[in-house]
Amino acid sequence: MAKEKKYFKLPETDEGTILFNVPFPKDLSQLKGMAPIVIKQPYQIDYLHSYGQDSPFFAGLANGKLLSTKCSSCGYTYGTPRLHCMYCGSECDWFELPREGKIHAFTVCYFGSEAFLKETPFALILVEWPGVDSLFLARLVNIDPAKASTDWIGMKVRSQFRRNAKFTPTDVYFVPA
Amino acid sequence: MRDVYVVSGGVSKFAKARPDVTFQPMVKEAYDYALNDIGLDFKQGAELIDGSVASYFSDHFARQLMSGAMVQDYLGLCPKPNKRIEGGGATGGLCFQAGWEAVASGRFDICAAFGWETMSHVNTWKGNEFIALASDVSFDYPVGGFYSGYYAMMVTRHMKEYGTTVEQLALVSVKNHNNAFFNPYAQKRMKIKIEDVRKSAMVAWPLTMLDICVMSDGAAAVIFANEEGIKKIEKASGKRLKPTKVTGVGSGMDAMRMADRPHGKVTLLPHEKAADYKNLKYPGVHSFRSGRYASKMAYEMAKITDPVKQIDFVELHDAYTSSEVQTYEDMGLCKYGEGGKFVESGAPFMPGLDYGYKFPRQGLIPVNPSGGLIACGHPVGATGLMQAVFAHWQLQGSIKKHFKDATLQVKNAKRGVIHSHAGTGTYVTVSILEKGF
Repeated sequence: MAKEKKYFKLPETDEGTILFNVPFPKDLSQLKGMAPIVIKQPYQIDYLHSYGQDSPFFAGLANGKLLSTKCSSCGYTYGTPRLHCMYCGSECDWFELPREGKIHAFTVCYFGSEAFLKETPFALILVEWPGVDSLFLARLVNIDPAKASTDWIGMKVRSQFRRNAKFTPTDVYFVPA
Repeated sequence: MRDVYVVSGGVSKFAKARPDVTFQPMVKEAYDYALNDIGLDFKQGAELIDGSVASYFSDHFARQLMSGAMVQDYLGLCPKPNKRIEGGGATGGLCFQAGWEAVASGRFDICAAFGWETMSHVNTWKGNEFIALASDVSFDYPVGGFYSGYYAMMVTRHMKEYGTTVEQLALVSVKNHNNAFFNPYAQKRMKIKIEDVRKSAMVAWPLTMLDICVMSDGAAAVIFANEEGIKKIEKASGKRLKPTKVTGVGSGMDAMRMADRPHGKVTLLPHEKAADYKNLKYPGVHSFRSGRYASKMAYEMAKITDPVKQIDFVELHDAYTSSEVQTYEDMGLCKYGEGGKFVESGAPFMPGLDYGYKFPRQGLIPVNPSGGLIACGHPVGATGLMQAVFAHWQLQGSIKKHFKDATLQVKNAKRGVIHSHAGTGTYVTVSILEKGF
């Protein structure tokens, strides 16, 4: 294992020439030695994703409110909403989570899925609130990623909202309180 | 239920990319190896095998639906039955158990299980995006869907809760990479030290490139039989088999969204007491309740009450160094909170192998003697079956024959455990194999 990179390599990219023809041997017995032909097959699609029963959560974010649900029967209080309680099966009711919570767990992502690569480094946190039985996943901003340490756990954080909602859960984000 | 045996297995050499073949011939490499190892040819295999189960995870990676049917015909197994098993990272472990079920139920006397993944068709970051679709696409994926990030969050909580250190995590990588140095099937065979792990690129704090498994193209195959099936194979091949008996099968689940996991009481194993965990809120995000449940179920079936004493080695799902440490605890190899100290003691290292460190308890119970996912690679659908093949060879005492090197042979191994895991602990399977000859 090299401690430092011994060689330099240009990053591999996906763009390139479209293949039209390849050399072909006169002697068919040579074909098994042929290099594989690798072609590009684009695949792009727009889904119509319904938030369904969770829609009030996203409407709430667009209106500056972080909503979740509480079981109408056993009282279990969720930090991320679900319509039906996973402990008793009863229907839950909506309520507004407090603006201020605490970091339960976190990370700073220096790489990510292609969709989020350009946003790196970004911090992810699971937020906890007193009296709320489960957690909520969000981005933490306005923090120095280089200072990541387990001391961040327990830090007070406050929710803020995008003015122009994009109707994704990142319409709410957290800052150190 | 009928007794079920693993009679043979095969693995393709895992690689970053296999552009030389489509998935069918790659599966055939593993399948042919398994047939050949018990003295059967292709036609005899097709005649004797009653049906198969196929293990592949992502339709997105392949951009090909019903790949299982295409493998079935390539292996000459039509018109016999086949079905697909899928459950994220645990696909292979679930498929192993589906193969066991097919024979245990009496439906098949001989069943083939084959698994594969071709992850090289997209770049690594697109691949990570596909994998992250195995998290809630309404609430989790859009926040920064990245599995390495999810596991990193879990380990920050483990570190806070128990004082686990990044150097302890790095030791898992040291162990598994150094083990894989002697495994010709592994994708990454290198001798590394703690500093190498910590100096490699940070991916999701505190996990670096060398704390995380890579994507791979690869395949694995396992052949199951009951006693009747073994007789049929022995009659056809004229060879005496060295089967491994499946003595325990367990699996468990947890909520897909980590945020939804409860903070309650520990599910205890027979050798633990409630007093051990007085103030522990469980599983939270620091532990895998599914892994504990699966272990408990499999241990009960195999009558294991003291895992460290009664198990000779473990092949577990180390997609992350952190998840290996967390899994030691779930499986009861040590108590909750002691995973970091457990690896630091050398307990899960191979006995007698030089890793460049001195350990007080080296080799107590080797974990991932093969090198695990971190070093072997993780072609998702193949991974859980690869573990079964390596465990089978360990119990046969045939590592030297298959690896062309005896270094990784666990001496006198009588009982091994394989563990497969998906989606931050959403699906976990634990299966127990014992020497059966």
